[in-house]
Amino acid sequence: MSDFEYAPAPESKAIANISKDYGLFINGKFIASHNKKRFETINPANEEVLAKISLADEVDIDKAVKAARSAYVKVWSKLSGKERAKYLFRIARLLQERSREFAVVESLDNGKPIRETRDIDIPLSAAHFFYHAGWADKLEFAGFGDKPKAHGVVAQIIPWNFPLLMLAWKIAPALATGNTVVLKPAETTPLTALLFAEVCQQADLPPGVVNIITGDGSTGAALVKHPDIDKVAFTGSTEVGKLIARSLAVSNTPVTLELGGKGANIVFEDAPIDQAVEGIINGIFFNQGHVCCAGSRLLLQENIHDEFLNKLQKRMSKIRLGDPLDKNTDIGAINSAAQLAKIHELSSSGQAEGADIWSAPCQIPNKGFWFAPTIFKGVTQAHRIAREEIFGPVLSVLTFRTPQEAIEKANNTPFGLSAGVWTDKGSRILWAGNHLKAGVIWANTFNKFDPASPFGGYKESGWGREGGRHGLGAYLKGAK
Amino acid sequence: MSLDIKKTYKLFIAGAFPRSESGRSYEIRDKKGNFIANPAQASRKDLRDAVLAAKNAHSSWASATAYNRGQILYRIAEIMEGRSEQFVAEIMAMESVSSKQAQLQVRQAIDTWVWYAGWSDKISTIAGSTNPVAGSFFNFTVAEPLGVVGIVAEEKSSLLGVVLGLAPVLAAGNCAVLIASQKRPLSAITLAECLATSDVPAGVVNILTGLSDELTPHLASHMEIDGLDLSGVDGKSAAALRISSVDNLKRVHSFSAEKSPERILSFMEYKTLWHPIGV
Amino acid sequence: MSALNLIDGSETSLRRFLQTLPGVDQIGAQERAAMLGTRSIKTTSKKWAIDMAISMIDLTTLEGADTAGKVRSLCSKALRPDPQDASIPHVGAVCVYNDMVGIARKHLDSIGGQSIPVAAVATAFPSGRASRKVKLQDTKDAISLGATEIDMVIDRGAFLSGQLGEVFDEIRAIKEICSDKAHLKVILETGELVTLDNVRKASYLAMLAGADFIKTSTGKVTPAATAPVVLVMLEAVRDFFELSQIRIGVKPAGGIRTTKDAIKQLVLVKEIAGAEWLNPELFRIGASALLNDLLMQRMKLSTGRYSSANYVTVD
Repeated sequence: MSDFEYAPAPESKAIANISKDYGLFINGKFIASHNKKRFETINPANEEVLAKISLADEVDIDKAVKAARSAYVKVWSKLSGKERAKYLFRIARLLQERSREFAVVESLDNGKPIRETRDIDIPLSAAHFFYHAGWADKLEFAGFGDKPKAHGVVAQIIPWNFPLLMLAWKIAPALATGNTVVLKPAETTPLTALLFAEVCQQADLPPGVVNIITGDGSTGAALVKHPDIDKVAFTGSTEVGKLIARSLAVSNTPVTLELGGKGANIVFEDAPIDQAVEGIINGIFFNQGHVCCAGSRLLLQENIHDEFLNKLQKRMSKIRLGDPLDKNTDIGAINSAAQLAKIHELSSSGQAEGADIWSAPCQIPNKGFWFAPTIFKGVTQAHRIAREEIFGPVLSVLTFRTPQEAIEKANNTPFGLSAGVWTDKGSRILWAGNHLKAGVIWANTFNKFDPASPFGGYKESGWGREGGRHGLGAYLKGAK
Repeated sequence: MSLDIKKTYKLFIAGAFPRSESGRSYEIRDKKGNFIANPAQASRKDLRDAVLAAKNAHSSWASATAYNRGQILYRIAEIMEGRSEQFVAEIMAMESVSSKQAQLQVRQAIDTWVWYAGWSDKISTIAGSTNPVAGSFFNFTVAEPLGVVGIVAEEKSSLLGVVLGLAPVLAAGNCAVLIASQKRPLSAITLAECLATSDVPAGVVNILTGLSDELTPHLASHMEIDGLDLSGVDGKSAAALRISSVDNLKRVHSFSAEKSPERILSFMEYKTLWHPIGV
Repeated sequence: MSALNLIDGSETSLRRFLQTLPGVDQIGAQERAAMLGTRSIKTTSKKWAIDMAISMIDLTTLEGADTAGKVRSLCSKALRPDPQDASIPHVGAVCVYNDMVGIARKHLDSIGGQSIPVAAVATAFPSGRASRKVKLQDTKDAISLGATEIDMVIDRGAFLSGQLGEVFDEIRAIKEICSDKAHLKVILETGELVTLDNVRKASYLAMLAGADFIKTSTGKVTPAATAPVVLVMLEAVRDFFELSQIRIGVKPAGGIRTTKDAIKQLVLVKEIAGAEWLNPELFRIGASALLNDLLMQRMKLSTGRYSSANYVTVD
């Protein structure tokens, strides 16, 4: 009897209308950058060039900030919350209408599987706008005083791991609270942000309320230093987050930061084992592990170590790596050559330090950037791969003997973004939840996101929260 | 006539009143130049000890019930009430204000403890939430204490400034390392004597006197400190402290001299927990 | 039988063993099943899946109104699902009430369907509410009439009231009658067990007692073969194999009506239990209407146009 191999089921690329080149979106229009410099954005799954992107410099940034300021003063700050809400609702609907197109473009530009862009990134992005639309005319009830006030012009810098979703996390609350925005998408994933600029046009959003400037790290650095910025929001690495925080220390500009993590996923002996295996898989292999809140450290109770790893490895062997546009792909391409190199470097250090490596048997495509789902067994807290964020599909497996030891190890990190707890015992969940130093705790589940749920980290994982009532505070003056 | 017994103003670390390990003290005088006292001049090692004491005290203070913390904060007010005269005399000497003004400040300081005592078991109700996520999950957010907070108290009203700094930090369940005003440190130390006799566990509050410029940079850069209240630092110095506080991404705030629940929340951290709802 | 080394047959040891099973988180199981439900099966793999699904069907009629005529036409359809296309495999078995077994067997033999087994529902199907004596006789009758597969129901009342030994002994007793003459499928009636924890426990209980197959439902109770239930049962047979080196079959029944439903089942089998279970010896689908939908989808694959119910037979 032949095996039930899944024939390729590729999503059509035809729906993605990607232009050959893109200008900067400033004051409601796409315009050429001042210095005419361009860079290419490529498909990490095959290294083909997708489009040429403008590289914004200080002159362009100044233009964008001025457009945002003018839009704030003349239009947006004068608009009632009710009217702002209508724009946000429109944007949410437009994203839903164009969801398949966004999903395909996101997969092409980022390398993540279409299943995830289709089922998670794009619907959640629309949900964020829908959720925050509802806040726009209810801010006085949000617990930030009778007359909550916007900052003004907000600079936002987002990462490449969830390009459109991070844009939504940033722009939706900023607009709902009455700010105008200059947003810089990541260098390697600018396309959905530029597509979003078209959505702003279709929504008739007043020019200058949202400005999208593309570029590299220098563009971002210049943006946060612009003197007419009232607030900065950044999602990315802890290293860059600290640079931004220092550069704004003198002006004391309000900053929110969503930074790195080294989340512990703790599995107790009484866990619902099959769901825990799924949770570990989802915790570290979702989005190729390019997730700041990834459960990158598996903490296993020692008495179930062998049994659990046996199940985990069998499950990992069923992960389908390949063409991001194939609907049956579970794990796509690593976003860039640079990120792949970083994963290789840390992975090598794990081997050099004596941890036991095992990778799922995957056919690695010839072109593009790929890394097979990998676990390291026999890792201790003293290994680099237990301390540093790998931001790739690499799981470090550690053990513990008692609940206290599990918590101690889980908290033994400068980060504090996420943690997972797997046990059937209710009181232990609440006990662990109490003691874990992390902003988001998933108990008997992992990597769940919702616009109504605040997200953000303790310690070096960042400042502030995004989402929910609490996330609004970041975009209102004086709110804590 | 008998001679006054004068007080030696010492540091307050881990529930004890040591002199500075450096053996140093410095002189403070009133506006007219009259000698007031020789408070201890803390060193960075004293600061290190204070931070360690705060760190060690944190887990049990944070896990005390909010009701219990509220009672302890209220107890501080009770004990201060009995020391009113001493506070008034010190404020008059340091701040050159009338006894009426000094009495008003002491009144406000005591009332501030009472006000924050009541907040300890309410702040989480006000600030927490259950979040209606789109899925079969119970999702809630709670506010938790941050850990160790460094405080440079506002010194215009030297007692009130100290209490405005400490009370919200304690109400939240944090431990504090407070650097008293360099010029007006006496109220802080007398307050420490109240704290030591009002059921505040040792190490929950630690108070240092000395030279601000010598101590605050170490407060800002210390990696065990999670939050900073820079209300008593002027703009220029604050910028430098903010820069070094970035090393471990401390939560840094400055406040106007008012009480507010935001002062509590500034040193709390929101934690969100998800759990499936199933049978 | 090595599986029995896990317990000594006493209720205490059975209870103790079942307590060692990890819990099932319902939401997590639903999510996993839903995610596998998004697998997109196209072209060659779809054709393979359709033929495989046909060969796995226990073509079923379990009506009070069943007659000899109805059963005979069902048997004809079982052998030649599409009289105009001989490349289509026959189904896995026909499944009838015990008094129809003889008719079905005789008809199948007379039309060249000797290789198609007849399955009989037994043990006071569907409720199972009868004396042990009646249930045993029911089974004996079916086998003597030519049934080589017995679909028994467990005593859900006993299970839910904690009389696990009672349920276990009953399965053992039926298994003894089946011995090497008939394959035993044990129907858990998961719609009445309600929780996935119960599904897992009942699955193990049945396997320990000697089931050759575990089957979701009678088809008379909803919900029946939901994806999370099948997922948990597939996990159970997979893990039981690790313990005993014995492969137990799984049979979802009830509510599987479309090709899409059937293919989702096959995806579950492949990704949860593994490819070893992808054959009629280890996976069956209890269904009736499903067959025609599979035939119509098969036509669509070969002609490129959507078919109509006029082009498949109603039996």
